[in-house]
Amino acid sequence: MRWYYKLPLRLRSLFRKDKAELDLSEELQFHLQNQIDELVAEGMNPQEARREALKSLGGVEQVKEECREMRRTNLIENFFQDLRFGLRMLRRTPGFSILAILCLTLGIGANAAVFSWVEGILVRPYPLVFDQERLIALAGTVRGERDQTSWPDLLDVRRSCTLCETLFVSNITGATLNIGDHAQIITGGMVSANYFDAIGVHPFLGRGFEPGEDSGRNAHPVVVLSYHLWQSRFKGDPEIIGKTQRFDNVVHTIVGVAPAGFYGTFVGRAIEYWVPISMLEVFYSGSNRLEDRGARWAEAYVRRKPGVTRSQAQQEISAIATRLEAEYPATNRGRGIKVWALWETPFNHAGELLPILQIMVIVVVFVLLIVCANVGNLLLVRSFARRHEMTVRLAIGADRGRLLRQLVTEGLLLSVCGAVGGMLLAYWCRQALPLLFPVRGGEVMYLPGEIDARVLGLSAAICLVATLAVGLVPAFQMRHLAIADSLKTEATSVMGARGRAWFRSSLVVLQVTLSFMLLVGATLLIQSLRNIRTTSPGFSTTRVLDTWIPLAAAGYDAPRARTFQEELIQRVRALPGVEAAAYARVVPLGYEGYSSTPIAVDGYEPQPNEQPAADYNEVSSNYFATMGIPLISGREFTRADDENAPRVAIVNQTMVARYWRGQNPVGQRLQVKGNWVQVVGVAKDSKYYSMDETPRAFFYVPLRQYFAIEPDIHIRTTQPLQTIETALIREVRAIDPNLALYEMITLQEQLDRSTSQQLVAVTLVALFGGLALLLASIGLYGVMSCSVSQSTRELGLRMALGAGTSNVLRLVLSRGLLLTTTGIVIGIALALPLTRLLGNLLYQVSPRDSLAFATAFAVMSVASVAACFLPAWRATRIDPMRALRAE
Amino acid sequence: MAKPTDLVQGTLDLLILRTLALQPMHGWGIAQRIRQVSKDVLQVNQGALYPALHRLEQQGWIRAKWGESENNRRAKYYSLTPDGAKYLRQEQAQWKRLSSAIGLVLDMS
Repeated sequence: MRWYYKLPLRLRSLFRKDKAELDLSEELQFHLQNQIDELVAEGMNPQEARREALKSLGGVEQVKEECREMRRTNLIENFFQDLRFGLRMLRRTPGFSILAILCLTLGIGANAAVFSWVEGILVRPYPLVFDQERLIALAGTVRGERDQTSWPDLLDVRRSCTLCETLFVSNITGATLNIGDHAQIITGGMVSANYFDAIGVHPFLGRGFEPGEDSGRNAHPVVVLSYHLWQSRFKGDPEIIGKTQRFDNVVHTIVGVAPAGFYGTFVGRAIEYWVPISMLEVFYSGSNRLEDRGARWAEAYVRRKPGVTRSQAQQEISAIATRLEAEYPATNRGRGIKVWALWETPFNHAGELLPILQIMVIVVVFVLLIVCANVGNLLLVRSFARRHEMTVRLAIGADRGRLLRQLVTEGLLLSVCGAVGGMLLAYWCRQALPLLFPVRGGEVMYLPGEIDARVLGLSAAICLVATLAVGLVPAFQMRHLAIADSLKTEATSVMGARGRAWFRSSLVVLQVTLSFMLLVGATLLIQSLRNIRTTSPGFSTTRVLDTWIPLAAAGYDAPRARTFQEELIQRVRALPGVEAAAYARVVPLGYEGYSSTPIAVDGYEPQPNEQPAADYNEVSSNYFATMGIPLISGREFTRADDENAPRVAIVNQTMVARYWRGQNPVGQRLQVKGNWVQVVGVAKDSKYYSMDETPRAFFYVPLRQYFAIEPDIHIRTTQPLQTIETALIREVRAIDPNLALYEMITLQEQLDRSTSQQLVAVTLVALFGGLALLLASIGLYGVMSCSVSQSTRELGLRMALGAGTSNVLRLVLSRGLLLTTTGIVIGIALALPLTRLLGNLLYQVSPRDSLAFATAFAVMSVASVAACFLPAWRATRIDPMRALRAE
Repeated sequence: MAKPTDLVQGTLDLLILRTLALQPMHGWGIAQRIRQVSKDVLQVNQGALYPALHRLEQQGWIRAKWGESENNRRAKYYSLTPDGAKYLRQEQAQWKRLSSAIGLVLDMS
């Protein structure tokens, strides 16, 4: 019950301090008066009585102070006092304050931004999905390499897995929606019927999918729209349920609208619509069938039961996969199923962003350390200027702990301002990551940063660490304050003296080390990017254009498409400036996957566990001439290789090496999709999936024999892209005025886009590396300036004794360069083991590449000399007479 | 008269609380009463009295109210709170235990 009495007292002490003070004075006055009266009554005269009374009380002010201390609100009062004092100090030195707060904003903001990206892209990538911590991704493996899974296999896993709560499929797909001036593709998801229940997101209009809707061939043309699509394209029509919309030329009924803020379960893209997997053949161009156990296209997720670890789930699922291998040897031999953590999901962009974000975290931590060192240095310089004030305070009886608290409070003030600024910065930069990635066909990547409790908590922790780091730095120096010395005249300090200066110097050395390491990293990444971009992909890139015409959405069936393709290619080949033109179902280095098939070769005995398979591309006549891929032997496809002619194929070098042991296979047989075809040519290897892939077996078949409705068209020309694009649109419209063209790009652009991951890494690391360099230079400049102004007397003396300008210059510069050299040496020592972390972002570049280290060394040295130059020059302008005279 | 003995802080608290158990009093009155009752042996250090009173008030054992003194001046009167009374009983019992134990040791032969 004591609080009943204690609380009003505390509040009163806090808010009505003046009244409490008056009360205290009055109480003591009452006491004194009574004491005086008593003494007078005993016979003393009033003045003596008064003196005696005061003596017996023991000093009014001291008693008052002790009473105040008893009130125990001192801590809070002192804190507010420190705060007010700190604010005044900041206002008095605006230059310093702004610089310090700016540095902290950048440091804390960069950290918060990167953490928000990590949170929003890797850790909790799917907004509104419930319980993402227990989700894991499922993909197949074949001979150790990654592949997809098939629906019957997944059904078996779902039935037999006891450690899994739910399993659902979520594939990415796309559909052509607009045919206006330019075809627009929108991204969608193809999902199992339990999708919306499994993730806990329910459409707020209409319904999700019903359990029966994920079986049957194209039996359920229903679709759920995203909130964004409903608003933008359907104008938020409240009567939308039941209306229809054509997707890829199949009429779908709209049955639901997803809630706002839900963007599906694909990292990197915002999903605009969902269809059930029974529509597989519509969206995946008919090459896969739902019930086919050998058709591998599915991208699945599983939610583990509470308490189940990933390795436990992996064990059980691997056991199931082994059982399936035994039960269905024809389709499942050598195939397993692997689980992945959500942030390593192999079939969305999480996998390619993971290494970038890992590196970014390290980089921003470096930047934060540099920032703290910088601000710490600034504070040290300022506290040096304030040492007079500090010693006076100590001399009149301030408690050292109190002074320390005040310094920490000032540091807290700075870092809170920095943190607020930093959080604002992070908020603006939340959506900044997609800006670094290229845009394809009008679609921007969707990579939202998320600032949630975890990110805020981490940022607050960083702010606290930054506070202590910068706040304690001047306090550290203050320890050695000897009162008597400092109150006397300014102690002279000599250039290069140890003692007080060592701490400041070591901070600068730290900054130089960290900046150097970042520079090395940036240089390595730049080299890697250059290597990737200059490696030959095996086909021409600058003279070949690529685009495609959406025919399926326009209602074309196979025969009609065949006619169209024939006519178009004739017209294109007749255009002025066009050297060659050809069709291909898949463009290299793109997102779309190649067809794959088990193969068999005469005279090749596969190993017991081996199931030979290879990827292939369906191409038209003249393909290799158009693409600039040399043929090593044999011939190209011609118009004669059509649907009525014997089936043929052209293989690549790696395939020859593996299956024909290097002998010329022209004239030999190859089994493709169960049929035997004849090999008519051998093509040189080129890059198919990505620039950093290893050589793989690959072959080509004629488009006419393995027909695809909407292949890509490649045009080899010397004309500029605009000219050809206009001409092509004209030709296409001449055949059918309702058609449109998809975005036309050069193959070089295609290559650049496929290496965007490296480009993003380089951009980010170079950006922060440059920032770090700037900060380190500022830090160096600050220390050198301070050092010079402290040693004014000594330099003046030297100059009076005959030192020339060059001597002084050399003295100051050598001091500064000593610091940087130390920093660089340590930086080299630390960078050598650490650059290995860049790992697979480095393409054909050794982590110890000497050119990178040399470049970083040169850049750092130049920056250091520049930073030291101004203070050195100022040193030479010291007037010896004035320096020696002044104190 | 023997030199008045200095009082340790805990003992001072106990004396103040016991004095206030009888009736509310201001600081001057408390000092007088203690001196009177102890027959001038215990002279409260006045510099320690008021900090002690303020501390006891902060801890909630006593509470204060302004009133008029005998000589018509404004004075701050302190009185015991219920919790304070309980605390006093505990401390008194503790003191008795302590002093009899000391007495036993001093009387041993």
